[in-house]
Amino acid sequence: MKMTYQQIFQNGLWKNNQALVALLGLCPLLAVSNTLINSLALGIATTLTLILSNGCISLVRSTIQAEIRLPLFVLIIAGIVTIIELLMHAYFYQLYKTLGIFIPLIVTNCAIIGRAEVFASKNSVLPSLLDGLAMGLGFSLALALLGGIREILSLGSLLSQAELLFGESARYWEIVIVTDYSGLLLAALPAGSFIALGLMIAVKNALFQKA
Amino acid sequence: MPTSTPLSAAFRLACFSFVVIGLVSFVYQQTKDKIIQNEHQALLQNLHSVLKEIPYDNKPDEDKIIIQKNIIYPAYYSGLATAAVIESTTAHGYSGDIKLLTALDITGKIIAVRILNHHETAGLGDKIELRKSNWILSFKDKSIADMQSVQWAVKRDQGNFDQFTGATITPRAVVNEVKKVGLFFQQYKAQIFHQ
Repeated sequence: MKMTYQQIFQNGLWKNNQALVALLGLCPLLAVSNTLINSLALGIATTLTLILSNGCISLVRSTIQAEIRLPLFVLIIAGIVTIIELLMHAYFYQLYKTLGIFIPLIVTNCAIIGRAEVFASKNSVLPSLLDGLAMGLGFSLALALLGGIREILSLGSLLSQAELLFGESARYWEIVIVTDYSGLLLAALPAGSFIALGLMIAVKNALFQKA
Repeated sequence: MPTSTPLSAAFRLACFSFVVIGLVSFVYQQTKDKIIQNEHQALLQNLHSVLKEIPYDNKPDEDKIIIQKNIIYPAYYSGLATAAVIESTTAHGYSGDIKLLTALDITGKIIAVRILNHHETAGLGDKIELRKSNWILSFKDKSIADMQSVQWAVKRDQGNFDQFTGATITPRAVVNEVKKVGLFFQQYKAQIFHQ
């Protein structure tokens, strides 16, 4: 089954969105989506991992035997994530300090091994890279939306601590939506994360599912 | 995907492992020094931020000593002890360890407390960070005598320190840890500054 580039993007962003349709990668999705900035940062890191792992696996796909493909995928993904973590620790130290504990979480994102199995091991390099990008973007958008909703409900603000991701000049990007907001505790907790994600999926299905 | 005997599959798996391990080790070697340098830079910044009101002319990071798992950075001015910064960890937070830095002057009065690392709930327990709330400043200028009083506790425990709405465990852990550090300092003062 060959897909056009347009189909790859449609799949990644919408039709087979890893977070909203495939429901993969819930562990990092629910744990880290407490603010918009955290969500964006994890989204970027996940997208990068997806592109690299799809690319690498597609490159070596002809030498991978069926029996050992899963341990090999895990090996390659874990290697890539470790390398990204080391590079961030060395060259983006401020970002590492905020995101550091979430980076190893990326390994637990089954969307990555899912794409390796379903797409990268069966397609050539360029479509695999694009598939990684599209799936990553789709995941990041869902993550950012969830993070935004939870930040507004729990803190009454948006883009707080943008300086951690975008540098000092972003310190004042924070938009206070409700002043003196006492906060909805539920939205900050993991349970609120489940509820918000459930509502997002319900809205998506209600609006766009063809009968 | 080709299929084959278990032996050749194992061989191939081993080859891949070697390549990936090789790559990771290479990147580790390349970034090791830079990472150590970053961590050191961050430590110096933290030490400076808690010690900025105190005169000192030594390098506390080079004079550090370890007593009972606490890392202590002593500060001297013209050879006289002026203050000590104690790095400690409490496991009594809501989720995982909380690592903090407590600076005490020679009499045991608290100069500053800062949180180095924690995994407390965002929006609730993370108000112990200075960039989220001024709560951590309430330790400033407290003495050893204050720590020995029954009032050294969060309000929920009939003490003087505010807790946060929805999060008592986190501030309680920090309040108790600072007390432990203060009493530790008093008990081991002679060893800390013995040079």
